[in-house]
Amino acid sequence: MVLRSISKPLIYVLLIAVSIFFLMPIYVLIITSLKPLEEITLSNMWKLPSVLDMSSYSEAFSKLAPNLMNSFYLVIPATILSAMLGAMSGYVLSKWKFKGSEILFTLMLFGMFIPYQSILIPLIQFLREVGLYNTILGLILVHVVYGIPIATLMFRNFYVNIPDEMIESAQIDGANFLGVFRHIMIPLSISGFVVVAIWQFTNIWNEFLFAVTITTSDQQPVMVALQNLSGSQIVQWNVQMAGALLAALPTLIVYILLGKYFVKGLLAGSVKG
Amino acid sequence: MKKKLILTFLVVFSLILSACSSDTSSTGEKGDGKEKLDIFSWWTGAGEEDGLKALIALFEEKYPDIPIENAAVAGGAGTNAKAVLTSRMQGNDPPATFQVHGGSELNDSWVAADKMENLNDLYKEEDWNDKFPKELIDLVSKDGKIYSVPVNIHRSNVLWYNKKVFDENGLKAPTTFSEFFEVADALKAKGITPLALGDKEPWTATHLFETILLGVLGPVDYGKVWTGDIALDDAKVVEAAETFKKMLTYVNEDHSSRNWQDASQLVGNGEAAMNVMGDWAKGYFVNDLKLAVNEDFGYIATPETDGDFIVITDTFGLPKGLKNADDVKKFLGVLGSVEGQDVFNPLKGSIPARIDSDLSKYDQYGKDTIEEFKTANLAPSLAHGSAAPEGFVTKVNQAVNIFVTQGDVDQFIGSLKSAGSELK
Amino acid sequence: MELVKQNNPQKVVRATKRKKKLSTDHMMALAFLLPSFILIVIFVYGFIGWTGYVSLSNWNSLVPDFSFVGLKNYLYLFGDFRFQADLRNTLFFTILFIGLVIIFGLTLAILLDQKIKGESVFRNLFFFPMALSFVVTGVVWQWLLNPSTGVNLFLKTFGIQPKWYTDTTILAGFKWGQIEFGLPVAMIAVGIAAVWQMTGFSLAMYIAGLRGIPDETREAARMDGATELQIYWKVILPQLRPITVSVIIIMAHISLKIFDLIYSMTGPGANFVTDVPGVYMFETTFRGNYYANGAAIAIIMLLSVAIFMVPYLIRSRKGEA
Repeated sequence: MVLRSISKPLIYVLLIAVSIFFLMPIYVLIITSLKPLEEITLSNMWKLPSVLDMSSYSEAFSKLAPNLMNSFYLVIPATILSAMLGAMSGYVLSKWKFKGSEILFTLMLFGMFIPYQSILIPLIQFLREVGLYNTILGLILVHVVYGIPIATLMFRNFYVNIPDEMIESAQIDGANFLGVFRHIMIPLSISGFVVVAIWQFTNIWNEFLFAVTITTSDQQPVMVALQNLSGSQIVQWNVQMAGALLAALPTLIVYILLGKYFVKGLLAGSVKG
Repeated sequence: MKKKLILTFLVVFSLILSACSSDTSSTGEKGDGKEKLDIFSWWTGAGEEDGLKALIALFEEKYPDIPIENAAVAGGAGTNAKAVLTSRMQGNDPPATFQVHGGSELNDSWVAADKMENLNDLYKEEDWNDKFPKELIDLVSKDGKIYSVPVNIHRSNVLWYNKKVFDENGLKAPTTFSEFFEVADALKAKGITPLALGDKEPWTATHLFETILLGVLGPVDYGKVWTGDIALDDAKVVEAAETFKKMLTYVNEDHSSRNWQDASQLVGNGEAAMNVMGDWAKGYFVNDLKLAVNEDFGYIATPETDGDFIVITDTFGLPKGLKNADDVKKFLGVLGSVEGQDVFNPLKGSIPARIDSDLSKYDQYGKDTIEEFKTANLAPSLAHGSAAPEGFVTKVNQAVNIFVTQGDVDQFIGSLKSAGSELK
Repeated sequence: MELVKQNNPQKVVRATKRKKKLSTDHMMALAFLLPSFILIVIFVYGFIGWTGYVSLSNWNSLVPDFSFVGLKNYLYLFGDFRFQADLRNTLFFTILFIGLVIIFGLTLAILLDQKIKGESVFRNLFFFPMALSFVVTGVVWQWLLNPSTGVNLFLKTFGIQPKWYTDTTILAGFKWGQIEFGLPVAMIAVGIAAVWQMTGFSLAMYIAGLRGIPDETREAARMDGATELQIYWKVILPQLRPITVSVIIIMAHISLKIFDLIYSMTGPGANFVTDVPGVYMFETTFRGNYYANGAAIAIIMLLSVAIFMVPYLIRSRKGEA
């Protein structure tokens, strides 16, 4: 098990060195956000703040608060809806296979790898036609639709592992298609729901391209607002860093609390799962 | 146990869902009865935002029952806002009124696409026709019809310089290109960056180039370039490109990581000596860097453009298809009044577009500029969309971005020429 | 599974009963799948088709103009300095990014495989940037790699001052078309930020892969007298090959369509040294109103991703069926 050629201390040194690289941005992020603006000069960028100054947080919060709420209004319904749709189609594609269902599945999967630029122009035209352009509702629709492939994939891979015998015995007991779904598949896939929900939550929260092209000013999710903090005024680095931290907080909390499920989702994204 | 936890988690989730779905539906509808006046702009910076807020407050004071909203879009010196505006206009969801630079940006886009209402009647009602300079009204008119109301004037061709640096080195602000290069060489010998540039957003370099073009060609020929009467590969244009190239050898090394504020900061703190920027930079020097006009920093027309004035005017018009057009006209009425202009401009750091405003409200720079504006030859700005259509400006920005690094004059002129097809 | 079914005597008895139910159940199954399927057909395939149509049209202004112009927009792009630079940047960024993510991910996975203390602490530390948005990453690294701030303050003591993303040098460059072809140094800076964010992904994949290799395999090799290094080189690495393929494919599709990281960190950059098709598409379409050009860029992006993804998808689906 142990690489004899590399001694343990050396391994730790390497790992700690890499850890420093990984933590460096977070260190700067945090200390800069805690400094008053006067203290943010080139020469003391790495120094700890002389006084803890929370004003950049209150300023960043007052600027980002509406957008943070927008993000929540967007992410929660979109996550739930795409998980529902994914569970439904994953169920059919794993347990009710029919001729051509594999091809159909592959066709659906392709949707998760396309560069979204390639559907953006028609999408915007469409949203305008139906009056959903520049609404959070429109953005929810977009994320639900483009979340279908990954959610379907995750649920399908999850359901494949549920033995057919369980379904058959339920059918013998008179359960129909819906009954099996409700009484067997859903209860057995709670952790699947968690994985998909966390994955979608993180992805939709962090998404930028749709957000920046489909919504404007007061409808914008937080990531666009964060990007705009570096807008036409002086870049107030402390406010921007505080804003970055605020915008990242929800996904970080989810990661810290439910990291295991997050990594599961990560792996599921590689098609084979 | 664990499953129960997760289940409650899900229940809470769906509760939040239902809560916010009702929430979104209520925000989706616009206030009952009265349509809101959403004033669309990209004024989110320090002084300009204050100016806009003061203007809105003035309107609220006069028309307390008309709901009004500041719908400013931040980022990219207006580029973000313009993209948003385009989407809204195309989606037949125009804002009540929106900020647009007079000239091509108004006339070749929204007016040409038949999206704007004619405002001749409003001008007559408010008796404005002799309150704005005629050249300025021309800039917001097409075929004799007026389409917007100018609120302010900015000057593009201003050279800002650090007074202390100039005094310490016994230098005089340059008025010609050869003086500029003499000064620049002297500064360089002292180890001071002669010219600050921050072209992270490429329009700043285009901005510098347009002032050189004006200096080399003079206002009349400068105007002819945009109408196609002077070719983009004319010897004079080539000369301007050569001068531009030479000037670029005097800029700070990290120009591409800075924006215009960062570049102005270099001048403010004496690391660099000069900076070519529109006079919104004055607001930045005074408000943000706490520097004093004519004490810490000085200003002069860019080389060989004395008496010429590259004008950038922010204007507001009336989009077609609005239900509350009368309310919008009331807002435009306030915007175009002496009172409106004098409440907005001192804060924004621009000068009023009207010729009869109250001089006492402006600082020394404002007073000087108001005087100059009365007699100067006006020229439209390329970098800010007044001189030529957006498509052309985009391509020029692209060509300038390449030129700043490569300095290949032939290639640059070639790109300009091929972009010229956008001028039509 | 099939065999089991046939041998089940109860099953045969029930067969007739099930048939009736089958039809309603199948209707239900259809009802479950259909909404998703229709949405995908319209929003993915229909829209791609429409984008393709726009890319062949003359819609390069505020007002839509769908007159057919053939490949004009594509020809324009391939002759365009900016787009050529984009292709170069994407190519080198992709190579750099994938290479580093694999080397980092694999090395860390092997180090963490050595039964060390605090393994989960390290693992969680390396994963967490994955939970962040590219926008946050861009904002932070823009400040860290700004040539006059950030890490350069440290590097001053060593006397090196890299210009990071503002460097306009093209390494090993030679004239090709309009541009200088070679490694754009500025892209290295973007690569560092991207690697910081995405290493967690390959690390997670490799950790899962290493866990999937039974201890007996290693024991057997050890019995045969292989050294530890040989075990990794000859036994474990070959077994991780399918994972490496997955990592390459996933990272390639991320890097080919990258937009938010570069948009928030550097923008197109001086001389377009950090520009990529995603940024160009966004700016030309939504800023310059060149819709047809933007659509053409999008289609080229799609094709470049499809070259990787389609064979991979087909193969991995076949492998499963």
